[in-house]
Amino acid sequence: MPDEGTGGTPLRAILTRVAARIGRRAGPPDLPYPNRPGEKLTISHSSIVENAVDATARATPVSVARRVRGLSDRAIAWLFIAPAIILLLAINIFPLIWAIYLSFTNYRANRPNAPVQGVGFGNYQRVLNDPDIWQAMQTTAHFVFWTILLQTVIGFSLAYLIDRKFRGHAFWTTIILIPMMLSPAVVGNFWRFLYEPQIGLFAYAVSLVSGIPTSDIQMLGNVTLAPWAIIIVDTWMWTPYVMLICLAGLRSIPDYIYEAAEVDRASPWRQFWSITVPMALPFIMLAVLFRGIENFKMFDMVTLLTGGGPGSVTEVASITLKRAAFESWATGRASAFAIILFVAVFGLANIYVKALNRVKQR
Amino acid sequence: MQKTSKALLGLAAALVMSSALPNLAKAEELTLCWAAWDPANALVELSKDFTAKTGTQMKFEFVPWTSYADRFLNELNSHGKLCDLIIGDSQWIGGSAENGHYVKLNDFFDKEGIKMDDFVPATVVGYSEWPKNTPNYWALPAMGDVVGWTYRKDWFEKPELQKEFKAKYGRDLAAPKTYDELKQIAEFFQKREIDGKTVYGASIYTERGSEGITMGVTNVLYDWGFQYENPKKPYDMEGFVNSADAVKGLEFYKSLYDCCTPPGSSNVYMVESADAFKSGQVAMQMNFAFTWPGLYKDEKVGGDRIGFFPNPAEKAHFAQLGGQGISVVSYSDKRDAALQYIKWFAQPDVQAKWWELGGFSCLNSVVNAPDFAKSQPYAQAFLDSMAIVKDFWAEPSYASLLQAMQKRVHNYVVAGNGTAKEALDGLVKDWSDVFKDDGKI
Repeated sequence: MPDEGTGGTPLRAILTRVAARIGRRAGPPDLPYPNRPGEKLTISHSSIVENAVDATARATPVSVARRVRGLSDRAIAWLFIAPAIILLLAINIFPLIWAIYLSFTNYRANRPNAPVQGVGFGNYQRVLNDPDIWQAMQTTAHFVFWTILLQTVIGFSLAYLIDRKFRGHAFWTTIILIPMMLSPAVVGNFWRFLYEPQIGLFAYAVSLVSGIPTSDIQMLGNVTLAPWAIIIVDTWMWTPYVMLICLAGLRSIPDYIYEAAEVDRASPWRQFWSITVPMALPFIMLAVLFRGIENFKMFDMVTLLTGGGPGSVTEVASITLKRAAFESWATGRASAFAIILFVAVFGLANIYVKALNRVKQR
Repeated sequence: MQKTSKALLGLAAALVMSSALPNLAKAEELTLCWAAWDPANALVELSKDFTAKTGTQMKFEFVPWTSYADRFLNELNSHGKLCDLIIGDSQWIGGSAENGHYVKLNDFFDKEGIKMDDFVPATVVGYSEWPKNTPNYWALPAMGDVVGWTYRKDWFEKPELQKEFKAKYGRDLAAPKTYDELKQIAEFFQKREIDGKTVYGASIYTERGSEGITMGVTNVLYDWGFQYENPKKPYDMEGFVNSADAVKGLEFYKSLYDCCTPPGSSNVYMVESADAFKSGQVAMQMNFAFTWPGLYKDEKVGGDRIGFFPNPAEKAHFAQLGGQGISVVSYSDKRDAALQYIKWFAQPDVQAKWWELGGFSCLNSVVNAPDFAKSQPYAQAFLDSMAIVKDFWAEPSYASLLQAMQKRVHNYVVAGNGTAKEALDGLVKDWSDVFKDDGKI
């Protein structure tokens, strides 16, 4: 056994004391602690941690302590993480497995008395052959692509400007962050009013610049404009988030690299492309990953803005999924769709994380 | 010693009270679930009489319309005990009956002498029966509702407008009798300056997310000849849903949307339509009758300025049924108390007060009373409308049927994709798939 007083972990120290206590069990129970056989282990060390360890050991009932003594370190480690694992299994893994099972059945959650029958890959086949679902996937892809592109470009530009550390930059950072602090439900609702052709500020502003009458600026009712309307709102709301991550990236670049570049007479342009961008790239990629995953499951804001309309041009995949699962109650088919979405996101994210790691290792 | 025994006695008394009180309160409190809207406030007011009479406290769970179906169907499907009584939408009746969410009320009605013949027949079929047109009752008709129209009487009565209208169309500017007349009036008002403000023709339902555009377009489709199925062969929809007449009806609804609605009307349902009217934007407004009492009381557009008319006719004459029946949730522990509430609610004097407070009674003795038509300015329009109602599917799969119709119709009317024929052909296909899944065809 290593010297617990110096090199052992607190866990080990606790166990040692517990063990010592068990060893001493035959002795008179009311003996003051320093006189017990365990004393030699702690007598020369009285740091706060040690005291806490002692207190824990003392507080452990003998019966528990005896049981613990027989366990290996590994078993004890498992014992400690078990509650977390059980929770994870109960609320994450089990529902996932259950959903996989349901995706192969005709189960409908609103018909508890109907017999559940296996349908093989029928649900998957139907989902993958459904033109509406492919339309929803295209809509989602369009939304994810453009929001990420715009947010990254604008977010990085803002971060770059904020990083210049001008007077009042902290104040402006706070101002820029405000949209991110709002709830998507609130954002969806008030942008609906902003887009309103007759009273909306957005239509008014566009009309002021372009001269088009406000009644013709129907952002949410026009098939061409509606997908862009939701992209604008998401970009407005989440660009600050991307900016924040990019800012962290820019701040992490040590000044001496730029100083060395100056000595080498590298132009600001060259510095930007050869130092700033490559060194901030892992951060940018992380922001893209977060936004990608988030927007893939976009639901609340779009529901409030357009309800998926006009027609189905803004019906992103999660709205289709929700309608299948909780309005049509086609639980089996919705599960199949959810699994397909999960595999797609999981697969893409995995490939992306591998790329991210490679960039980081450069 | 005395102190100790006193303290013990006190403790025991407190224990008994604390354990008894919640039980007492529990037994005498019923929760009623409904949508958050004006009639619900009237029901709160009305229910005070029930509490005064029986001592049973009433608790209410009201949810906005946009999440009403989601919230309460989830509650029922998960066998929740939140609601003892529920005023569920008319389309839920099939699913709720077949899945055992509602208590069947036949025996209770027989025992208490509540006769369905005492209620407006269309509301009994619409809100209480499943299967339809069979004497199996799952709810008591509670809130009659139907789509109708309000119009700006003050604008219609402006002499200069009357003159101009007559010169143009050769008839008086008055509440329309046919949809063609309605469209002419809407075109007449579209983008007209009235009192220094640009106004528009009509506000109609176009909402995409829940049921809005379906509740609007069906009014027009029915009148043109649309039928849900072959009357002689259930679930046979080809040539009925997508008949040439139905196609024309759908084209008409789109033309009305394109020509005569205010800008930004791509997602309008009850609230938005009422708002468009209240803010003085539109000359006419399509909406459920429940909005009428509130609009009549409105300071800006109510009183003498507002008029009401039932759906215009075309080849046929129908109006989309709204409204709900009140049911006892089978998962409730307080079934008897809940049934007592229904018994109380069915009484003629309670129903009469219900109408006075702003609810829409379905009891014959109330709506057929000699002074009913004059009791409120909108009473006649309500009566006329209730005489011509027709409802959407009430099948257990109504939600899937509704989704399909929302998608197909919105895609044509608002997004402008494809033709009316393609939209209705697509609808026949979608609906056939739903019924195939259900094993009905």
